[in-house]
Amino acid sequence: MRLRLLVVVLAVAVLALGLFFPWVKTPVLVALANGLAVSGVIVLIRAGQVSFGNAMFACLAGYGTAFMAREWQLDALLLIALSCVLAALAGAIIGFFIVRYRGIFFGMLNLALSMVLFSVLGKFGAVTGGTDGLRFDRPTLAFVHFEREGFETALLVLALVLSIGAGWVVQRYFASVSGQALAAIKTNETRLEYLGISAKRVFWGGYVLAATLCGLGGSLFALTQGLVTPEMGYWVRSGELVFVAILGGSGHALGAFIGAFVYEFMKLYAAALLTGAWQLVMGLVLIVMVFVAPKGVFGMIERHLRSRSKA
Amino acid sequence: MKLLKTFTSIAVFALSAGLALAQDKPAELKIGITTFISGAASVFGVPAKAAAELLIDDINAKGGIGGVKLSATFIDEGIGGDKMLSEYRRLVQEQGVHTMLSAISSGNCNIVAPVAEDLKVLNVMWDCGTEKVLEDKRYKYVVRTQANATTEMVATVLYLLKTKPNFSTIAVVNQDYAWGRDSWEIFLNTLKAFKPDVKVVAEMFPKLGASDFSTEISRLQALRPDVVLNTSWGGDLDTFVRQASQRGLFSQGATMVLPLAESSLERLGAALPEGVIVGGRGDHYFLHPETKNDPMHKEFVAKFRAKTGAYPIYPTYHMAQALFGLKTGYENAIKANGGKWPSTEQVAEAMRKMEFKAFGRTISMREDGQGLEAQLLGITKRVPQYPFDVMEKMMLVPADLVTTPVGQKSPVWVKAIKADVLKSDRLKMYDFK
Amino acid sequence: MEVRRSAANQLVSIDCRCRFPLHCHFKTDSIAPMNASLFALALMDGVSYAALLFLVALGLTLIFGVMRILNIAHGSLYACGGYFAATLGLVITKFGLPPMLAFPALFVAALLMGVFLGTVLEFALLRRILDKDPILQLLVTFAAFMVLEDLQRMIWGVQPVFVSDVVTQMGTLSVAGVTYTRYQLLVLPAVAVLAFVGLRWFLAGTALGRQVTAVTHHREVATAMGVNTGRVTWLTLTVGGALGALGGALASPTTSFTPGIGAEMMVLSFAVVATGGLGQIGGAAIAALMIGLSRSFAVYLMPEIEVLVPYLIMVGVLLIRPEGLFSAAAARRI
Repeated sequence: MRLRLLVVVLAVAVLALGLFFPWVKTPVLVALANGLAVSGVIVLIRAGQVSFGNAMFACLAGYGTAFMAREWQLDALLLIALSCVLAALAGAIIGFFIVRYRGIFFGMLNLALSMVLFSVLGKFGAVTGGTDGLRFDRPTLAFVHFEREGFETALLVLALVLSIGAGWVVQRYFASVSGQALAAIKTNETRLEYLGISAKRVFWGGYVLAATLCGLGGSLFALTQGLVTPEMGYWVRSGELVFVAILGGSGHALGAFIGAFVYEFMKLYAAALLTGAWQLVMGLVLIVMVFVAPKGVFGMIERHLRSRSKA
Repeated sequence: MKLLKTFTSIAVFALSAGLALAQDKPAELKIGITTFISGAASVFGVPAKAAAELLIDDINAKGGIGGVKLSATFIDEGIGGDKMLSEYRRLVQEQGVHTMLSAISSGNCNIVAPVAEDLKVLNVMWDCGTEKVLEDKRYKYVVRTQANATTEMVATVLYLLKTKPNFSTIAVVNQDYAWGRDSWEIFLNTLKAFKPDVKVVAEMFPKLGASDFSTEISRLQALRPDVVLNTSWGGDLDTFVRQASQRGLFSQGATMVLPLAESSLERLGAALPEGVIVGGRGDHYFLHPETKNDPMHKEFVAKFRAKTGAYPIYPTYHMAQALFGLKTGYENAIKANGGKWPSTEQVAEAMRKMEFKAFGRTISMREDGQGLEAQLLGITKRVPQYPFDVMEKMMLVPADLVTTPVGQKSPVWVKAIKADVLKSDRLKMYDFK
Repeated sequence: MEVRRSAANQLVSIDCRCRFPLHCHFKTDSIAPMNASLFALALMDGVSYAALLFLVALGLTLIFGVMRILNIAHGSLYACGGYFAATLGLVITKFGLPPMLAFPALFVAALLMGVFLGTVLEFALLRRILDKDPILQLLVTFAAFMVLEDLQRMIWGVQPVFVSDVVTQMGTLSVAGVTYTRYQLLVLPAVAVLAFVGLRWFLAGTALGRQVTAVTHHREVATAMGVNTGRVTWLTLTVGGALGALGGALASPTTSFTPGIGAEMMVLSFAVVATGGLGQIGGAAIAALMIGLSRSFAVYLMPEIEVLVPYLIMVGVLLIRPEGLFSAAAARRI
């Protein structure tokens, strides 16, 4: 119950921030988009696997959004829905053969595939716009034509709704049979097989979910920026997603979003205040987090809530 | 009673109208500058930042712009396009920055241009070269105080045809990203307009940041093209030149064309042989044949050397153009506004029909926001005065000969260039003195 | 889409008439097909590139074998090794020391940097995360990489750095009408081969080497047998780090070092390590050769896919052999 209250409070706070400080909408939208992608990553982390290529699904969905916006001028809601389908499809196809792998090979294969996508997007500029990417005009949202301010506010509301929805879906998934089986892949996969549950199938389901969530995040990001570039699928981006997952706490979907916000604003202010040393700062923060709070910010919150309820 | 009411309302109306026209002079003119402070392009961004700090101090010492001092905030483009955008918006919407100077990366220019238009803030594109930004869409608040990729590449073709016209085969080794690809496209299409049967023997696009060009160099040695084009910059260009020089590619007899090499001349030192065609994306050179003895230019070179230990390179000149262009724009707008501080719209408008001078030739601004900047190209030569190559046989190409006219698209225009532009007497040659 | 072929049915060019207002970039070259001399050239270019790749990947695979951690900061070792080697080269010129020292200076630089950074990383970070989640271990090395990137920039600045005396000293030689530097054609592969042979001998022939192999196989059992795993780990990290730094040091006479140069080499060395099998030295050698050669052949035959090739190879190999080309036999833990 406490957690739900916290979620509502945070959502309202974010909305208020966005309304009072118009410039904040951009980083908030980016943070929410990242949070969605990270919530996909934590699904994989629950299985004990780290993917260094999940950004490729975000990238794919982003480019899908851009293409469809340019060709067919669809409404933003349709764009998001269709891009998610695209990402899910890609996840299903890739997941089909990638769920055989575990550990470092899983991570590396994802990395390789994302680098292939990155290189292809950069090379075939006639179709993909090359390294400059594809720009597209602001689409209608819910069939209403907005100006920049209005569009961003509407997108913010949509993003918050989607984020809360995604978080709820992820938590329900974790509590479900598939989610519990997914966690068993990390602890003891062989025993899972002995129970008669196909670890590969369970992992495949988790992979598709992760891909869809990343796609959702990517599509949202594309709409915020109005521009998609191959950088969206670069391996450093995937690394950032993992960074955020650990920073926020990979145990709960809320951790993904908290981590995304902390990361976004920390990077922004580190770059603004310590121009030229922001990478140093981020690296040090990460090291400290790993040693002091390996369960992330959410882990700290959870501990606090639990100690309060005990008292 | 009625008279009093009417009188009051007229007075209030007049007062508010007057207030609307007369903007208060701000306490300081805040500008935001995006530049690369981390990442590979910091080889440009950091000297440009140093130049900006130097020049802003100078301008402030002389009273600022219209009596108002400048204060600059820097954004690191190396944090990524989306974060740069967030920071951009924070500066404009929260900190009330009046003007933005953005950006180095063409990708970032593509991102900020529509945002600047929406936010109604003046955005001066100070270094990015993509011609598409101003050709694809008409902006009110976005201007560019330097040339674009089309101008630079067409001028390079003209110089090549003027100095070493006898060639039939050409090869290219460019960085594999938008600039590398687009610059080759413009160059080739322009070249074909003059030499339709030139043969392209190899098109190689090593990835950005490649550390080894061995295969590309071997291939060039095997194919023996007459001309080799390489529009790389920074570490990539340095590595290519050094590896090519070590393996004797330069002494093979091919004409090497390196349009961005002005920024590497000092670093490369003796590694860059003589006889190479180099350019600097504009008439930027600390030994500019027409302006090297200008007291202002000499002072800038000396101060820059004192501050950074190196001679200024083209990004620093681009920064100077942006700042001086901004200054002239404001001053012209103030004059047009009867001495009162102008609105952003008035400055943006003034910047579309002005002429200003930095450390090269006068630059004139067009109605679509594109600046017309002369191009300087030369051939490398060793001289005893400097431990690195200098340019000789320098040619200055006036911008209007080589820039896509307003309303036309570059890919179409370059194909229709008339061959007799080569015979123009406005193409001046200078020797090194 | 229009595809043009030459008289010999060679793919000449593909023209995409695209609806997007962007120009078409996909064109292959209209050049003579591969013949014997071009083949030899591609071979030589590929081998020298592979040699450098192998040295860097060797360090990475060694560290992984012993610590089971993929050290993302390895790319920083490459970069710092190169920068430091350039610095030493400048020092030699500045103090007028005999130019003959330039070549050994590269090895000295690599050794010093490897020992220094390896020790720092080991004691400050890696030793303390051995019992943590593998994801956390990976992230710590990622964080170390970020920190080192900025430190590197603060120490050496942003201007490209290079010192090339070593290469010019050694001169050039001509093969099939193409000039190569002796450094590239002879020295680099020689060092790579020496490293390979030396390491194999060390691991199989010396007591300490066998201890390293034991720890690679099973850390706990090795400790139970009386092996000082802490010391072995430190040794592996310094040797592995020195190898990575050596890659950078050997690259510095021909490559300009700029900010961000570590990241590129890192991803490539990952590809080599994953393809060859983690902890496998022989596998790393073969994978490095595969990737190096295929890259140089791609530049000759189909430059468009040059960037994709390492990743395509990696995906291809891993699909057929999920553990990489060579893999250590491991008992399945129930």
